[in-house]
Amino acid sequence: MQAAKLSSVAGAVPVPGVPASAEIVPFRAPVRPALERYAETVRHVVSVVLPPLIVIAVCLFLWQLLCSEPGSRLPPPSKVVADAWDFIVDPFYDNGGVDKGAFWQLAKSLGRVAIGFCLAAVVGVALGVLVGQSTWALRGLDPIFQVLRTIPPLAWLPLSLAGFRDAQPSAIFVIFITSIWPIIINTSVGVRNIPQDYRNVAAVVRLSWWEVFWKITLPASVPYIFTGLRIGVGLSWLAIVAAEMLIGGVGIGFFIWDAWNSSRISDIIVALVYIGIVGFLLDKLIAALGRFVSHGVAAQ
Amino acid sequence: MDKTYLKFEQVGMSFRRGPMDRGVATEVLRGVNLDIAQGEFVSLIGHSGCGKSTLLNILGGLLQSTTGEVFLEGEVVDEPGPDRAIVFQNHSLLPWLTVYGNVAIAVDKVFGSTKTKSERHDWVMHNLELVQMAQAKDKRPHEISGGMKQRVGIARALAMQPKVLLMDEPFGALDALTRAHLQDSVMEIHARLGNTVMMITHDVDEAVLLSDRVVMMTNGPSATIGEILKIGLPRPRRRLELATDAEYARCRAAILEFLYARHRVPARAAA
Repeated sequence: MQAAKLSSVAGAVPVPGVPASAEIVPFRAPVRPALERYAETVRHVVSVVLPPLIVIAVCLFLWQLLCSEPGSRLPPPSKVVADAWDFIVDPFYDNGGVDKGAFWQLAKSLGRVAIGFCLAAVVGVALGVLVGQSTWALRGLDPIFQVLRTIPPLAWLPLSLAGFRDAQPSAIFVIFITSIWPIIINTSVGVRNIPQDYRNVAAVVRLSWWEVFWKITLPASVPYIFTGLRIGVGLSWLAIVAAEMLIGGVGIGFFIWDAWNSSRISDIIVALVYIGIVGFLLDKLIAALGRFVSHGVAAQ
Repeated sequence: MDKTYLKFEQVGMSFRRGPMDRGVATEVLRGVNLDIAQGEFVSLIGHSGCGKSTLLNILGGLLQSTTGEVFLEGEVVDEPGPDRAIVFQNHSLLPWLTVYGNVAIAVDKVFGSTKTKSERHDWVMHNLELVQMAQAKDKRPHEISGGMKQRVGIARALAMQPKVLLMDEPFGALDALTRAHLQDSVMEIHARLGNTVMMITHDVDEAVLLSDRVVMMTNGPSATIGEILKIGLPRPRRRLELATDAEYARCRAAILEFLYARHRVPARAAA
């Protein structure tokens, strides 16, 4: 081995006229011990997870302290868990009527949001592209949008009940009308902000109207569209709870109203936590979808 | 003489600013006449705001001249098209497409009816190889350097097989070393394919190195062609040898003299 290595080194001595070849030394990236890497991962997780856990613990402690007196109007956390234990541990029970577990209540609400929001996404993106591309559509429609979008979601409910004469489509319509405005407005801003460069490229290549829409307009405005969708899904989750309180039936909104009428305060608190978590997950879902669709590339 | 490949005839351009037609018109270009032969490499040089880009955009069809016409092979130019492909200053790659996709979007449209799918694929790869970007075909624009983006921009333009290749300050945003590298690539491609090229530049050395003729523009408003310099250097040109070449020095001096002695920017002349 030693001799062979020596001769290869000797061969590398530059000879005039002969291209010199350097000896190849295999590169080994330094590998840190597994334990050290593991410890670092743990440290990272702890530094991210620990602060919110501490804050939550402090809040629960204060809440427990403040509500522990005998005459307290709101239950302390320990009592909430004890009272609502059945509701927490079995989300899948179904006793008929509106007496169903948390999973069914949330699923019903999410179903309404899904239908209303998907309709709003399709119509909103289409209208947004129209308003973004056509100056006349902008002038004609934008003032109307600006007025309509300020109407609170529940204000639409009586009108939609009058129109549809049924609770289910009325709730979906309220979701639709609540979430469509940010989708329209963000899409139109995205379409209007497409860099002139992209339009020039499309013009030089002579893309047709349809190809421009499909290959330039939509992908270029994806980040804006998804900003609108995120705001929209948040608003529709806000609206569904309020709408369900009024229309009744199965759904997390009416569940809360029902719990209030039968003085089940602990159930209300648990439902609030669920609503918050689901809203948070909806937001993350749309954000992740946006990242996936735009391949992790925000346009410029 | 009437078989000129590309002809600018009395081209003028005014922009109106303000609402409707009541705004004040600014005349950017006036009476531009220029004949360009097939296979010729012509540079436009002049101070900022002299209407170089406006002239190039009129040829590209992105702007309509207010007076005069541009003729390409005897036909009037009045809209954008792949026969006058443009290499934009800021590369203008679509960020959601890969390097391959950015070239393919042009190839699929221009040759969609004349080439089969596999021929189009080969043509995209051929053009990426021409600019030495074939190995990065699956990267997205934000993953490659500025010089590489501009290479892809050149590949996209070349892939349209344009009658005239328009380059709007193609290397302006690049560092000096990358710029030199790309200039060599452009010279090599021009030698191999014999494209007709019209290029805007701010760089005197770049103009002399690459061009057959350098068109020098007077200052705006109402800019026009001040002088046309023929670069008598034989090709292929090598930048190292040119550094001491007498003809190179003469051309360079002539352009500098035009730009800085006779047509200085008024604001700077006053300073």
